[in-house]
Amino acid sequence: MTGAAGRWATAFGRFWWDFLVGDTPELFAGVLVVVATALLLRHERLAAVLLVPLECAAFVVASAYRGRRRG
Amino acid sequence: MTSTVVLVLAVFAASAVEMVEALTIVVASGTTRGWRSALEGAAVAVAVLAVIVGAVGVPLVHLVPIDVLRVVIGALLLVLGLGWLRKAILRSSGHKAMHDEDAVYAKTVAELATAVGRARPQRDALGFVVAFKGVFLEGMEVVLIVLSLGSSAHRLGLAAVAAAAAVLVVGGAGFLVARQLSEVPENTMKMAVGIMLTSFGAFWVGEGSGVHWPGSDLAILALIAFFCAVTALAIAAMRHLLTARAGVSTVAGR
Repeated sequence: MTGAAGRWATAFGRFWWDFLVGDTPELFAGVLVVVATALLLRHERLAAVLLVPLECAAFVVASAYRGRRRG
Repeated sequence: MTSTVVLVLAVFAASAVEMVEALTIVVASGTTRGWRSALEGAAVAVAVLAVIVGAVGVPLVHLVPIDVLRVVIGALLLVLGLGWLRKAILRSSGHKAMHDEDAVYAKTVAELATAVGRARPQRDALGFVVAFKGVFLEGMEVVLIVLSLGSSAHRLGLAAVAAAAAVLVVGGAGFLVARQLSEVPENTMKMAVGIMLTSFGAFWVGEGSGVHWPGSDLAILALIAFFCAVTALAIAAMRHLLTARAGVSTVAGR
């Protein structure tokens, strides 16, 4: 019973790890940075409004560059 | 109003894209292992997914404080949206092969046809499992999008209806055209959905954190325009990178 529960928990954890992190850990880390930025700058309206989308753009471009075909 | 329309469009498009992928597997399973098992597998998967939406979504909306929900869900949407956008940039710039439903169909048919027990009994376990897994795994992403967008905007019912409409439209059209699923402009749709999910994600992370977006809901449209521009620029830059490298290889090869 414990073995089956352990296997189920491992499979469940692996599913979510693959789903959220997978082969792009930089995007997952980037999202954490975006959330932290929004929380830290919530009283600095202009800075937050500009930085949140800019950070998203920077992370996706950097991740695409990392995943480019390398000849 | 603006955010409701964009929400419905985002959920519908995301669900439609995932449904095309799921349908490819169901059609492949149906034609090789028999329709009865394939359809039963797909139906059971849809029922399980609907139970998950009801069991997780409703308590989520009523028990978790809205600002916490918006930050967590905004982050989840960003993870999904940025991932889709990254793939779209790589595919459109030629750095990654386009998603080809014909290839997926051919691969699934080949695997199923060579599997043990080619004879088709009334109920085929392999056909059932393949159809169930295809619909469940692709549908899980739809469930997350429905729960995320629906609960953060307090429109869970509307999001579920938009997803169900996409399932019906794509399911109906899919069985009419059977194998011509490759005609669906899936890569373009994925790019559009990636842009919408990223825009909603950034918006909800900001809202939940206490950031006041200028223009309130209208900021979503500005975010969509911004991410459209970023995507277009990134594709152009990555294409340039590829052609520049091809030029260097040609010169070096001489």
